[in-house]
Amino acid sequence: MSDTSTIVQNDTQDAHEHHPTGLSRWLFTTNHKEIGTLYLIFSFVMLFIGGGMAFVIRAELFQPGLQLIDPEFFNQMTTMHGLIMVFGVVMPAFVGLANWMVPLMIGAPDMALPRMNNWSFWIMPFAFGMLLSSLFMDGGGPNFGWTFYAPLSTTYAPPSTTFFIFGVHLMGLSSIMGAINIITTIMNMRAPGMTLMKMPMFVWTWLITAFLLIAVMPVLAGCVTMMLMDIHFGTSFFNAAGGGDPVMFQHIFWFFGHPEVYIMILPAFGVVSQIIPAFSRKKLFGYHSMVYATASIAILSFVVWAHHMFTVGLPLAAELFFMYSTMLIAVPTGVKVFNWVSTMFKGSMTFEAPMLFSVAFVVLFTIGGLSGLMLSIAPADFQYHDTYFVVAHFHYVLVPGAIFGIIAATYYWIPKWSGYMYNEGLAKVHFWLSFIGLNLTFFPMHFLGLAGMPRRIPDYALQFADFNMVTSIGAFLFGTTQLLFLYIVIQCARGKGEPAPQKPWEGAEGLEWTVPSPAPLHTFEQPPKVD
Amino acid sequence: MLSAVLRVKHLIGIVAGLMLPVVSFAAWELNMPKGKTPISETVYDLHMVIFYICVVIAIIVFGVMFWSIFHHRKSKGHKPANFHESTTVEIVWTAIPLIILIVMAIPATQGVFAMYNTDESDLDIQVTGYQWKWRYQYIGEDIDYFSVLSTPKEQIDNLEAKGEHYLLEVDEPLVVPVRKKIRFLLTSNDVIHAWWVPELAVKKDAIPGFINETWTSINEPGIYRGQCAELCGKDHGFMPIVVKAVEEAEYLDWLAEKKHQRELALAKAAAEAELTWDLDELMTKGQEVYQKNCLACHQDQGQGLPPVFPALKGSPLIKGDISEHIRVVLHGRTGTAMAAYSAQLSDSDIAAVVTYERNAWGQNTGETVQPSAVAELR
Repeated sequence: MSDTSTIVQNDTQDAHEHHPTGLSRWLFTTNHKEIGTLYLIFSFVMLFIGGGMAFVIRAELFQPGLQLIDPEFFNQMTTMHGLIMVFGVVMPAFVGLANWMVPLMIGAPDMALPRMNNWSFWIMPFAFGMLLSSLFMDGGGPNFGWTFYAPLSTTYAPPSTTFFIFGVHLMGLSSIMGAINIITTIMNMRAPGMTLMKMPMFVWTWLITAFLLIAVMPVLAGCVTMMLMDIHFGTSFFNAAGGGDPVMFQHIFWFFGHPEVYIMILPAFGVVSQIIPAFSRKKLFGYHSMVYATASIAILSFVVWAHHMFTVGLPLAAELFFMYSTMLIAVPTGVKVFNWVSTMFKGSMTFEAPMLFSVAFVVLFTIGGLSGLMLSIAPADFQYHDTYFVVAHFHYVLVPGAIFGIIAATYYWIPKWSGYMYNEGLAKVHFWLSFIGLNLTFFPMHFLGLAGMPRRIPDYALQFADFNMVTSIGAFLFGTTQLLFLYIVIQCARGKGEPAPQKPWEGAEGLEWTVPSPAPLHTFEQPPKVD
Repeated sequence: MLSAVLRVKHLIGIVAGLMLPVVSFAAWELNMPKGKTPISETVYDLHMVIFYICVVIAIIVFGVMFWSIFHHRKSKGHKPANFHESTTVEIVWTAIPLIILIVMAIPATQGVFAMYNTDESDLDIQVTGYQWKWRYQYIGEDIDYFSVLSTPKEQIDNLEAKGEHYLLEVDEPLVVPVRKKIRFLLTSNDVIHAWWVPELAVKKDAIPGFINETWTSINEPGIYRGQCAELCGKDHGFMPIVVKAVEEAEYLDWLAEKKHQRELALAKAAAEAELTWDLDELMTKGQEVYQKNCLACHQDQGQGLPPVFPALKGSPLIKGDISEHIRVVLHGRTGTAMAAYSAQLSDSDIAAVVTYERNAWGQNTGETVQPSAVAELR
């Protein structure tokens, strides 16, 4: 788009500048960009709360013996850390990115359902206010792990569990509304000429993610409602003494839980599929197969849930079925990794911060994927299950996977959001410290798990002492480094830095780079034409 | 110059000091133990095969990637190629992993079959998880006992040096013969636990209301240590498992001795039940029983961890009717974490602990409970 058209666009948008200011601007906003910003800020705040809890956990585990906190509070910390990171950090951050970028990438003026958009954000602070307040209640907060297995989470749970249940309900509502909004937007509001198979990968991955959300969040809602009934209304869904089954809880939970892990990673796949071609100055290799692989992963994710339950005493046939289906997931995931590598191959690469984080994503996510393949081998899983090996595995897919995806997206698009370039030097320091810190934290966990350290224990036998100390040091380094990220982002938001051009990345493609930086409040009121 | 040397020496001293715990523990164990059972060897071999497959895949993928990263840089003047699609290549890298997986699935399937084959056992042991201890019942042998963490609290609280088997030691280990097929029947009395001994490659969930089966056959005598692997509440990290595998003759001796002990204990309990105890005797015995069975939840001053584990000191139950108090200890409270102790404690134990709870922590009610009162309510 030429410079003149940019100016024309700025003129047309003046008519819309009757916008509330101050707090009510944010409370009542229906603008996808503002709501996107709210989501991202919320997720950032939650990152430091959840990260603070990780600090507490790693400080207690620094040495054998109980030094700082008692086991009861330790369990609350592990539970809350998981819940906040999953529901409060990764999911809202991706919804925030979707809010900001999906309309810009498909040439739509806004989300399809802007008022619902407002509501789905503003539910979140209440949901997490409720969840976090339970920590200060009589008996403490949830202490049964983020997977909240019954009957530990029903008969044996603290009274605050009811608040946890309603918190989860609210998060579910928010996610479902967000997902409906994203699907509606993508299906109905694409610019003329943008067929489904011309959509950017980020839009594709989010479309598929949104379907996963709609499919499984109601299952989670059903699950916690059954807990509520068991706790307060005398039912016995999960109580064998009343004819129920505690294992049924796990089946229901993981029917939600396994697609949930793909909900957390598919949008990150989308992000790196945007960034790697941009900084390789070469088109994404195998666009079609990327779309099909993403869809295959999503479909397979519904038939692998019981691999989280290999030791609960599944029938032999079920054990085998879930082993085979889980192994199968490696195939489409492999396709994605091979495609990213082929995109880089014979490109003309530069390594600005978004690319650094994306390359680290591919390497480290692959390590997490390979340990996932090891976990799929059921007989071996009997040894790995519920040990630090599993903790290492899912942190490798979530931290350098989901979180690095979010950080890469932030560096990639923040010039568009704020109108200013971030400090590249500091961002590189941020990358290297994060990279070292996270490997120091999570790699030794593989060894701990293989040597026999169970997860979720506040104290451990002496042979685990060395690697735990290394892990804790790594965690402190990784956590502290994120303050630098906060500083870099705040500098951009305050307008400190080079003004960003309309398209700051030489190899970037897509409609989002045809609007000025910062993107004005209203864009694409006249739909662009896509060839 | 000298001061610089001194400073360096000082620095080395600090670093060495920081490293001391690392050096003194010195156990940088990297891999899974190979174990001492046929199943653990199968599992170990599968683990190594899949690990090497992963290493090879990683070397190929990362090799190509890093080669590109070093050579295909804009700063080296590399111009981007134009290719972005190849159906042949896509098919190849879908098919090759698929073949690897199918090949891998064959031994894995055999492994699962072997693990699930609990037929024709020589010995059956029921393992029941309790918050936070294990109960072992030898089926058909009239042997039934609890196995509890024996690491002193002082070690956990860093008041004493930690012993060699810190947190992995129990008062009474599970004793089994070597080279016999032992079938475990697992269940739980409260929440879900998981019975795991890494060197036996046995891990199975103990689920309340259901019975799971698994088995082992241990190649050589030794002491094998493990832990509960499923989060089961506050003291999940403090319910270890110790299996002592011995030659069959020794096992039979142990069995006879254990039965003898049990008879003695029953006789002692019966004798004690006939006695009339005075307050001091009850308090001494009661404190012992309390510390072993009640302390974890109700705490050392009877303050509990409310609201899940209520305080005993000053509670209406303890101020109120004695029979109700005895009944709660005997039969537990449904729908709460309070377990039934009728199977674990004798009449005199319960009489003593009820007396203790009514007189300890400055309550001094002077009330005593006799074993006969407990026997009536059983």
